[in-house]
Amino acid sequence: MSEERGTYILAIETSCDETAAAIIKDGKQVVANVVASQIESHKRFGGVVPEVASRHHVEQITIVLEDVFKEAGLSIEEVDAIAVTEGPGLVGALLVGVSTAKALAFANQKPLIGVHHIAGHVYANRLQDEFEFPLLALVVSGGHTELILMREHGDFEVIGETRDDAAGEAYDKVARTMKLPYPGGPEIDRLAQQGDDILDFPRAWLEEGSFDFSFSGLKSAVINTLHNAKQKGVTLNKEDIAASFQASVVDVLVEKTYRAAKVHQVKQVIVAGGVAANRGLRDALTNKFADQPMRLSVPPLSFCTDNAAMIGAAAMIAYQKGQRAGWDLNANPGLDLEMYSQR
Amino acid sequence: MTILAIDTSNDAMGIALYQDDQVIAEYVSINKNKHSTRLMPAIAQLMKDANVEPKTLTKIVVAKGPGSYTGVRIGLSVAKTMAWSLSIPIVGISSLEALSLSTKPLQQLVCPFFDARRGLVYTGLFNADGEAVIEEQNILMEDWLNQLKTIEKPIIFVSPDLSKYQMLIESALTQPQWLPDGFHISRPGLLAIAGKDRQGDQVHQLTPNYLRLVEAEAKWLAAQEGE
Ligand SMILES: [Zn+2]
Repeated sequence: MSEERGTYILAIETSCDETAAAIIKDGKQVVANVVASQIESHKRFGGVVPEVASRHHVEQITIVLEDVFKEAGLSIEEVDAIAVTEGPGLVGALLVGVSTAKALAFANQKPLIGVHHIAGHVYANRLQDEFEFPLLALVVSGGHTELILMREHGDFEVIGETRDDAAGEAYDKVARTMKLPYPGGPEIDRLAQQGDDILDFPRAWLEEGSFDFSFSGLKSAVINTLHNAKQKGVTLNKEDIAASFQASVVDVLVEKTYRAAKVHQVKQVIVAGGVAANRGLRDALTNKFADQPMRLSVPPLSFCTDNAAMIGAAAMIAYQKGQRAGWDLNANPGLDLEMYSQR
Repeated sequence: MTILAIDTSNDAMGIALYQDDQVIAEYVSINKNKHSTRLMPAIAQLMKDANVEPKTLTKIVVAKGPGSYTGVRIGLSVAKTMAWSLSIPIVGISSLEALSLSTKPLQQLVCPFFDARRGLVYTGLFNADGEAVIEEQNILMEDWLNQLKTIEKPIIFVSPDLSKYQMLIESALTQPQWLPDGFHISRPGLLAIAGKDRQGDQVHQLTPNYLRLVEAEAKWLAAQEGE
């Protein structure tokens, strides 16, 4: 493609419960972005049912594609490559996106690019703010809690990760025990704004110097507190439970991110993943890094949750490196980020 | 007219090309759980061998299930996307009807079925014109055979899972019939022919023919009714 026209990538994301497509220019500019959320359908089950998610994806996918091209005012001929989330995620859900992307690329003889979902979450930040390396990314979502060090584009080193539950998972389980409506994370965040951290839940710092996380102890402590109160007939203030739980999660996330940023002398810290939408976390990080030399970037709310724009942004780096997937590209529910990084 | 037919709904993956009033290429491979990696390479190779460019396709015919949920979705995702992207019609045909096509020359009632585990089958009863005499369903084979007992005409069975149920069928019906070995796999070429004169489906509306609710959904519905 000619220099002045730029590079347009169509990206598809179906790793969990959002059917999404986007068209991204030069890895930075969102030309069109469509997300068909299934959250209303999964609400009745209190969580994402994988088979239900897969069924919705196949019903929605061509509609979402049509919408994204309409929104962009472009035709498929004007797109330079097709990108798709190949993993990690729910295998049946991923397969719809991967099959669709392959068919689209084959029918129109376009290059195909497989993208790691977490690389996508990290690159959501590049849609508003150019990266400065070395860079530290805190990725927090329902399935992930990771600290990732990047020395250049497309290079991901996991320097810390959860040893048990992901932060988002702990939110979901606590919310369920508190009988909050699904999805529980935003609900806890909302309640926490109105409560106080008075219950003194544990913070898992782990060994000296470790950037790993652990949330299962905290989760159990909250569940036990709720259980004990119920047995004694004591009513706890929901807002205070939420505030105390959230304070414990946020303290550890913020402090470890801060220490890692210092140790690795990074120029930029970015937050990514669904839990990056959490107000408590955003505020605490903003305060912590306010007088620090490194720049803090937090993606706009709409790019924290799953979307295809972030996949298109990450795909641009793979495109520039010349990475191309074959027609045998498969969904890989356990795709490893560092393996992906070494391609 | 150049038709691409795709069937990944069960263990056999089949693709075919139909052009100038005949099936010009056909590929069948039993590759349980490998449809995702093998379908697109096979389509690319078949079309290359037949010298057919994607842009020259005029119709897509796809087997829409029942069968493996994942397999059905792989086929439908590829078929729908190609049809939508190339702006050509798409025809979805039941995988049971597709399976029944190989018995057409016999002009008899035909019962195609796929094993659906725990004694259940996906099945239906079709006449020689491919019309449903008894609607497709997901049913215990025992209960199904009890229904078939009341049919006076001879019934021919066709299924890749025949051996699993052959004894049960023989014990339930007086004169069941089946095709010889080698005729129990859906032929994608016949799928293409079956779809060639049919009106296309609305691409966005074409959905898999699962014949079964998701367990969580069935439980939820039952709970709603209970209230
Ligand atoms: Zn995600």
